[in-house]
Amino acid sequence: MTEFARSAGLAGPDAEARLRRRYAAERRFRFYGQAAIGAAILFLVFLIGSIVTQALPAFTQHKVAFDLQLDRAVVAPSGRAAPEDIRENVAGFYRLVREDLVERFPEGAGDASDRVELYSLATRLAVLPVAHDVARDPSMIGQTRRFWIALSDDLDLYLKGLVTRENVMTLGPVITVEVGRGDDSVVLTVAEAAAERIRANAPWSEPDRFLDGDPTVLIQAGDVVLKALELDGPEVKAEVLTGDLAAPNALASSPLTVRTIQTPETDRNVTDRQIAWTLALKSDGRIERRLNTALTSNADSTYPEIAGVFAALVGSLFTMLITASLAVPIGIMAAVYLEEFAPKTRMTDVIEVSINNLAAVPSIVYGLLGAAVFLNFFGLPRSAPFVGGLVLALMTLPTVIIAARAALKAVPPSIRDAALGVGASKTQAVFHHALPLAAPGIMTGAIIGLARALGETAPLLLIGMVAFVAEAPSGPTDEATVLPVLIYKWSTGAERAWEPATAAAIIILLIFMVFMNAVAVLLRRRFERRW
Amino acid sequence: MGWLAFTVLAAAGLTAFLVGRGAGDALAADSSARMNSQPNYHGYYVAMWTVVPAAASILAYAIFGEGFVRSVLASELPDGFDSLNAFERTQYLDRAAAALRLPTTGQPLFDAVVARYGELRGAVKLAFLLAAAALAALGFVLSRRRIAADFRARLNVEGGIQAALFVSAAIAIATTVGIVVSLLYESFQFFTRVSLFDFLFGLEWNAQTNTDFGAVPLFFGTFAISLIAMAVAAPIGLYAAIYLSEYASPRMRGWVKPVLEVLAGIPTVVYGFFAILVVAPLVRSAALWINGLPFTPPELLAAQPASALAAGLVMGVMIIPFVSSLSDDVINAVPQTLRDGAYAMGATKSETVKQVVLPAALPGVIAALLLAVSRAIGETMIVTMAAGQRAQISVDPTSDITTITAQIVSLLTGDSEFDNSKTLSAFALGFVLFLVTLCFNLIALRVVQRYREKYD
Repeated sequence: MTEFARSAGLAGPDAEARLRRRYAAERRFRFYGQAAIGAAILFLVFLIGSIVTQALPAFTQHKVAFDLQLDRAVVAPSGRAAPEDIRENVAGFYRLVREDLVERFPEGAGDASDRVELYSLATRLAVLPVAHDVARDPSMIGQTRRFWIALSDDLDLYLKGLVTRENVMTLGPVITVEVGRGDDSVVLTVAEAAAERIRANAPWSEPDRFLDGDPTVLIQAGDVVLKALELDGPEVKAEVLTGDLAAPNALASSPLTVRTIQTPETDRNVTDRQIAWTLALKSDGRIERRLNTALTSNADSTYPEIAGVFAALVGSLFTMLITASLAVPIGIMAAVYLEEFAPKTRMTDVIEVSINNLAAVPSIVYGLLGAAVFLNFFGLPRSAPFVGGLVLALMTLPTVIIAARAALKAVPPSIRDAALGVGASKTQAVFHHALPLAAPGIMTGAIIGLARALGETAPLLLIGMVAFVAEAPSGPTDEATVLPVLIYKWSTGAERAWEPATAAAIIILLIFMVFMNAVAVLLRRRFERRW
Repeated sequence: MGWLAFTVLAAAGLTAFLVGRGAGDALAADSSARMNSQPNYHGYYVAMWTVVPAAASILAYAIFGEGFVRSVLASELPDGFDSLNAFERTQYLDRAAAALRLPTTGQPLFDAVVARYGELRGAVKLAFLLAAAALAALGFVLSRRRIAADFRARLNVEGGIQAALFVSAAIAIATTVGIVVSLLYESFQFFTRVSLFDFLFGLEWNAQTNTDFGAVPLFFGTFAISLIAMAVAAPIGLYAAIYLSEYASPRMRGWVKPVLEVLAGIPTVVYGFFAILVVAPLVRSAALWINGLPFTPPELLAAQPASALAAGLVMGVMIIPFVSSLSDDVINAVPQTLRDGAYAMGATKSETVKQVVLPAALPGVIAALLLAVSRAIGETMIVTMAAGQRAQISVDPTSDITTITAQIVSLLTGDSEFDNSKTLSAFALGFVLFLVTLCFNLIALRVVQRYREKYD
């Protein structure tokens, strides 16, 4: 045997080497397979992970407390005192907010550019919730009440650490403060070691001197915020950004917080002064990080800090209602016809081929169909959930039909034969026996098809559902947008704050899709029967 | 209006059903009569004839009513309006329709148009509603009169049900016909303005300015991005399918397959966001790094913020599950006897796969790849968001590029009038897209069917 094997080349060193090569090839092949699956799963984890980490900051929001004196002349002047007028009176409430800001930071009341800088701490439209609260309870008018208003998106991002890298250190208190050495700057004297640390952390282009375009070094003590300009031994020359140095124990008693803001002022959307004001408000206890309720309760807005997905959710709901109420019954009926009644004719063949093909037609083609037929030919309204629902129903129909046919096919013929045997008509056998048994499978397929329709964007762009809609639609023929289209719109937004907002909207969309798919899986697990 | 009509119809149907069944019950109680059908079927019969014609009338109003009102109104407009083109006239009527709910403007002509609009609308609505009511009454009376002991109510109702089932199935055909006709019609309009030859072979695409309609850059962009996507999806999807069907334990299959399916279930707009957020910057910095290498020219790669590579890579990830689940099916359909034969000859598992299973499954695998390509060609959101908008032919994968689908979106987003080449060109592009994907789908479906028959 071994003799034969050797002479045939099936044993010996050559053969062993060959075998080793073959086994190595086997292991390689196996590894490629594992690597492919690993790569696919890694992509998925990376995708979900990066979206979740992007989204997390958007679920909270910094809000500023304003003590607004609700002066009747401003918020409800005579002739415009009805609750509806108060609700709309953005200008009046914003004026109160501006007055409160100027009162707190008199240095921002200078010229027009100063005021713009200060007022952009809060967006004009951010006062809307306040207006609504007051309109609901007009007895507040005349009193002073504390309201929490969204901080502007850029400063919100700054506080979340998303605008710039920042080094923060805490040093001992100042030894002496000297105001006005010829100009409006101040000179602080700090401990030798503290000055050394400030110097080490100030990555300026010229040592010991701040030049425009350098990272900013802010020194904060209580609610006084200074910007370091020059370092000289233990002396720090600085510009006062906010805070009253004359106030007793303004600087001397509190420890210093020194922040090096790595991104130079010219490269970011928030100025040093705005940061200083924000820090001062924060040390007042007037800024809090709260749950971002605007995200789920507001409609779309041009300002990210007050934009929400609510209107788009309602639009999606109406669209899905139309889609479901058309695609599911029609799909089931078509499947019943094809599976149970259709004679084998050319007509049924044509229907089959077109259904199979429609299931693979790109979704954007359905959008073209909707634009040409529903909008142009029938003259239906643009941007309406009704039209969107129609288009998505046509798109979902083949999926539902295919799923329903598979479910009907799985019901064994013996069930129908038994029904026919005891005298049921064909229609009775199908509707009383086959269809109920196929129902779980049909519903599973229908829900999966609807979940896909819920995430569909492209066809809806073509029928105008991308228009800006400021309030939730009250019916399927009103102008509306849907969640995936809102995500698309937000993702094209120029401001940095749209990124987390988009990711958060994606998370909300995914939650709905996961929910629908979970229901489908549950239905399948619970009710599916195998014969 | 919609809900009211629905409620009234439902109530009428219920009443008709109760009346019909009551009549049937009365007949059944009369022991001398031998009923052909159950009393319930008499009820269904009467309800069917009461509701269906009336519902059809209301549906006709919903679809054609407004258009009819507008065409009458347009024909009544004074001569001065003849100078307006179709789109301007539509806009004028839109404004009039919106003004119906507002106080009068004080412009006598416009107010007169608005008032007449309201009048016509009311009259047409009333006419259709009266027609619906008359049809319902007529249907009710006639069907009620037919009820008798030997009346075949069940057969009639079942005939109605089957007709409804057939109509539902025929909607699939209607959709296909609707797609083909609308695309053909609008494309035809387009080709009366731009020659087919220029469209198919022109190298310049500037549709936004209504000037150049040479679609070759778009075809190229679609091809290039699909190629990149397939370069990602084909190997990963195929190897994953082979591993799952030949090596993996049932338990591993049980959880890996659903995880891969999740990739197919994520909305494409999410992939698009991922592409611009993560992948495009990565591609750009990689391209910049290559440009900065000592032995490469500094301008080697375009390194655009939006790039074909970013869109293609992400799209490739998206279509992995299409490749893997279809290939998995066809590989599983290869009979076990073929594998056993190879093992008996001493082949290792990988040799069996490479030399026996894959050649046997080849047609099915090719079909799976074709379907995946068709998916890639038709994919819209990823390329719209991450590939850029510049129509150019460039072999540099880091340059921005545009595709058929992305152009359709950018041409038809916003207000679209149907009488300029810009809008119509979107339909010509859509027609090309439809034809190409149709060919791929039909070939793939045919191949899969043949393949199934071979091993069943």
